[in-house]
Amino acid sequence: MVSTGSTGGKLTAAIVGPGNIGTDLMYKLLRSDVIELRWMIGVDPDSPGLGRARDQGLEASHEGVDWLLKQDEPPDLIFEATSAYIHREYAPRYREAGIRAVDLTPAAVGPAVIPAVNGDEHAAADNVNMITCGGQATIPMVAAVSRATPVSYAEIVASVASLSAGPGTRQNIDEFTRTTAAGVETIGGAETGKAIIILNPAEPPMIMRDTIFCAVGPEVYDEGQDAISESVHRMVAAVQDYVPGYRLLQDPQYDAPSAATRGQTKVSIFIEVEGAGDFLPPYSGNLDIMTAAATRAGEGMVRA
Amino acid sequence: MSVYGDPRLNALERTWSDELDIRLTDTCLRDGSHHKRHQFTGEEVRSIIAALDAAGVPVLEVTHGDGLGGSSFNYGFSKTPEQELIKIAAETAQTAKIAFLMLPGVGTKDDIREAQDNGGSICRIATHCTEADTSQQHFALARERGLETVGFLMMSHTQPPEVLAKQARIMVDAGCQCVYVVDSAGALIMEGVGDRVSALVAEIGSEATVGFHGHENLDLGAANTVMAVRAGATQIDGSVRRFGAGAGNTPLDAFVGICDKLGWRTGVDFLKIIDASEDVVRPAMPEECRLDRMTMMMGYAGVYSSFLKHAGNAAERYGVSGARILAIAGEHKLIGGQEDQLIDIALELRAKQDAND
Repeated sequence: MVSTGSTGGKLTAAIVGPGNIGTDLMYKLLRSDVIELRWMIGVDPDSPGLGRARDQGLEASHEGVDWLLKQDEPPDLIFEATSAYIHREYAPRYREAGIRAVDLTPAAVGPAVIPAVNGDEHAAADNVNMITCGGQATIPMVAAVSRATPVSYAEIVASVASLSAGPGTRQNIDEFTRTTAAGVETIGGAETGKAIIILNPAEPPMIMRDTIFCAVGPEVYDEGQDAISESVHRMVAAVQDYVPGYRLLQDPQYDAPSAATRGQTKVSIFIEVEGAGDFLPPYSGNLDIMTAAATRAGEGMVRA
Repeated sequence: MSVYGDPRLNALERTWSDELDIRLTDTCLRDGSHHKRHQFTGEEVRSIIAALDAAGVPVLEVTHGDGLGGSSFNYGFSKTPEQELIKIAAETAQTAKIAFLMLPGVGTKDDIREAQDNGGSICRIATHCTEADTSQQHFALARERGLETVGFLMMSHTQPPEVLAKQARIMVDAGCQCVYVVDSAGALIMEGVGDRVSALVAEIGSEATVGFHGHENLDLGAANTVMAVRAGATQIDGSVRRFGAGAGNTPLDAFVGICDKLGWRTGVDFLKIIDASEDVVRPAMPEECRLDRMTMMMGYAGVYSSFLKHAGNAAERYGVSGARILAIAGEHKLIGGQEDQLIDIALELRAKQDAND
């Protein structure tokens, strides 16, 4: 893709939505070698996020996307950190203006992307969606098992600190489970997917903790464990490349086929995601993995 | 102020007969699902529903132990799909209403719609007792569809009365008609129950009723439930023969006898329910629910009662102490739904044990 607004080979970018996620994303994008972050866009003149953006030398406006689109030289990329409702409304206008979008809301206008799994596939898309935090953390593990052997069923349990779940997640918790389960199938490669989310209010806040269960063929228990474990370790390293706090807590566990596993070999994978602490506290690995994945996805789009 | 419509939605409207002082709900076929490892057959459900309905129990709850959509690796797969069991229950009950449970984050609104289509008429929505705002969309849907609603504040022992009252307010504003103080860990002791129920009655009492759901892990299920009624709870959960999670639930059969003695009208026939307990419920139980090292540890450490069987499985699989797993689950402040982490705890104990060998 030929960029019109790039300087020194970098693509220019704006973040729309100066809240917690947008601010954390800002610190990550400011470190990027291939993206030049220039704008932070909000709608509230008193937004502390706009103030922080100015402190970092960005051009910050509270006059919304309309203002951004009127600039002589609009951005090549927009990172959307608002809400699904807003992104659905603006996505067509970004497209008309020739601006590509990385969508951190659940709007799902464009294809879903997990950088470590299918980042390359959609590098040329004009809009990509980051699914959910639980999806970013767990789908790579389902995909790792799928690469070694067919997965008939996968189930993910995401536990996050209550403090890290905002009103959007709380009031649309069904959207989280449905979207994540769909990603477990379409990107993870499981025939059937299920997602469970738990908000735990423990003090001090717990670090994001995820468990991934996969049902694989009964024969795998005797002859396929090593291949799965190797694939899982490789995938953990691939995710760690952009989420340094992504950790496998135990070696993958294998349970022999039984009535309790519905005749399948059960694979259990336990992970923890500690945030980088760019802006949000380290326990909220669920938010960090979203902003880290969005950064990586945006960089991938640039290279396409 | 409700964000979901008319704030006067719940101006207290009694949802059951004036003939009853207390409305009882039996949860053998929901909380008992944990003890049964979710292996109920249609025939067992049919016979238990028929017997408890004939004894006069006004509400009977039927669902996977972890609520709609609970059939999973994490909580255990159901032998018979729960929706099929709800349908059988609704077809069998002559008088009793059929209730079902759902936990936001596990089940979804689609599951609620299906349960209603299968004959369920009371929608019980359970959240951890600080996370009531995750239930708003489900209460809104349930009320829109004409379902009676109940809210569950699980693990109520972890929060003081005033926090619970605020959370109850969130549920009532979203359309909940009765909020339960739920002692999921069987960790509350007498006044601890009374104070919490009183706080809820003070906050929501003019708009909704207050309920109590007790467990036997420290042997106080029935006594705690008497405290709850004295503090103003009018809806009460129990399981005939304690058939429930952990050391079991408040024994509903014994509680009917207690209410008779205290002159509280429940509408349940004591002779019929003790016969049902012995002749119909007991044969469906794998074993009696009892106080032992594991279940007492749950009450003592404040652990979610349905962790019992999962901690037992992990202890056996990895050769470590089940009671120790539960104690650590308490220290880690795990809440309902985090069964997966028991395996993780067992693996850590195993590694420590191996290092010491």
